[in-house]
Amino acid sequence: MRVPASLRLDCGVDFGPFTIAYRTYGTLNEDRSNAILICHALTGDQYAADPHPITGKPGWWETMIGAGGVLDTERYFLICANVLGGCMGTTGPQDIDPATGEPWALSFPVITIRDMACAQKLLLDHLEIESLFCVIGGSMGAMQVLQWAASYPDRVFAAVPIAGAARHSAQNIAFHEVGRQAIMADPDWCGGRYLSVNRKPVRGLAVARMAAHITYLSEAALHRKFGRNLQDRLAVTYGFDADFQVESYLRHQGSTFVDRFDANSYLYITRAMDYFDLAAEHGGSLARALEGTRSRFCIISFTSDWLFPTSESREIVHALNAAAANVSFVEIATDNGHDAFLLHEPELFATLRGFLNGCAEHRGLGRSG
Amino acid sequence: MATSGDSAALNFGAARATSPASAADELRRDLRLIADMIEPGSRVLDIGCGDGALLAYLARYKSVDGRGIELSQSGVNACVGHGLSVIQGDADSDLEAYPAGGFDVVVLSQTLQATRRPRRVVEELVRIGRQAIVSFPNFGFWQIRLSLLLTGRMPLSHCLAHPWYETPNIHLCTIRDFVALCDEIGVGVVRSATLDRHGQPYSLDPRGSLANLLAEQGIFVLCGSADPQYRESRC
Repeated sequence: MRVPASLRLDCGVDFGPFTIAYRTYGTLNEDRSNAILICHALTGDQYAADPHPITGKPGWWETMIGAGGVLDTERYFLICANVLGGCMGTTGPQDIDPATGEPWALSFPVITIRDMACAQKLLLDHLEIESLFCVIGGSMGAMQVLQWAASYPDRVFAAVPIAGAARHSAQNIAFHEVGRQAIMADPDWCGGRYLSVNRKPVRGLAVARMAAHITYLSEAALHRKFGRNLQDRLAVTYGFDADFQVESYLRHQGSTFVDRFDANSYLYITRAMDYFDLAAEHGGSLARALEGTRSRFCIISFTSDWLFPTSESREIVHALNAAAANVSFVEIATDNGHDAFLLHEPELFATLRGFLNGCAEHRGLGRSG
Repeated sequence: MATSGDSAALNFGAARATSPASAADELRRDLRLIADMIEPGSRVLDIGCGDGALLAYLARYKSVDGRGIELSQSGVNACVGHGLSVIQGDADSDLEAYPAGGFDVVVLSQTLQATRRPRRVVEELVRIGRQAIVSFPNFGFWQIRLSLLLTGRMPLSHCLAHPWYETPNIHLCTIRDFVALCDEIGVGVVRSATLDRHGQPYSLDPRGSLANLLAEQGIFVLCGSADPQYRESRC
């Protein structure tokens, strides 16, 4: 979708026209009341339930989406858009700046989570969907969900932030900074102008991904999957090859990531997450940010998630309680860490299904068949 | 005390056994009495809501806008899975965030005796709710008194089924203790009921010593003001 108008970004820039790339699944009902906006995470994209055009791998939420699935395509109309600043079709730093004819690179304006939600709102206006049945997402997707609930309370019937937080913690900003420094330290980054000189900071981006990937898992999961097992060898080699399976795994994660992700997008999107602090816009009070909301919330966290720990979700719950909001809060026991929201977690699915069914009844979408 | 073979026995201290789906038929007797005290269409917060039996009943039969807090994660997940609005939390630590007067009725059923600071919890209940409904096992019940007297050991019954070293019930009280606490902190008793061991209501004055001896549990409707106009000692 081409947005003809410009968007006033948080950084003060009027940005546009620009493109929003999105996918939809299912059918919009006559009342236009069954739409669910799916918000993707840092390195996600709009291919939530169909194969990724570059990697060919299944959609990142294919376990959740489908006919009869938790996000039931026979019942709901699902929309998933690539975020502003992304690299899968929505305008981002790798695209051409019409003013110069060169890729935007670092002259792309710094974007925020609110800018992302703003862009999604323009998409919904375009699709003529006045009110969403639900906004749902994990991690950075959860930030967008909260932003939606705060910015457009009347357009959100139900909100499901999974493994999220109302603000990015110091530790998380620190991890992001490590990733960004890895990219910028790569000589092939070329001050961000790598596309103009036909290069790509693949080593820096791969290291950023490797470091980040560790934070998405848990110690228990790493131990369960790899332990101290050696990779295709019987003994350590007394060198710096990937002796251990966990090293080999991380290297693989890093090297496949660079094929599908743009390094500058990584810089911009991690920055957007760092800047996110929903309470700050409302005098430091998260409750005030969500005051008067009539949305039904389901907050979900995972026991082994140390990147967005349960305490962060609990803060959201307390703020929603203070705002007298309708809120459910579930902590799912799993050792899959932050990544659990992307995996087949039966209890997550059962809870979500129940929550959405309850909301659908209140929304007049009927009981599930 | 000998364990009762009574099939209608209440089961304090254990998770509420009724599933929301069959809420209508099987709602625990004391919960049913609490439900009867709640006006249709009220905003209700059920603290220690177990698997959501009361909330499900209230939603279905009284069009109540209900919320729950439950300590056990399995209970919470079951509730949310049934479409109820429930959070994982704790009566001791999670009530402060709620605004004053945010609910018409706050229910604390068979949970007060398991809180760390019951006095503070009662104060929070009447702050958050226009009314609070509190039910608890009466430690002054004659069988409990007799058991301690005769055996010299901590009473065990179908109400208080855990041995002393692993009971969640750390702040047991008698009905008189509870009424005294309400008087002390200026909380008004709007209505009250006392139940026998079959969960049937007694017509006894809850402030009298007979209720304290014969009732196995008490249910009290409280409000923040101790003003006598709100008082009505029997129901």
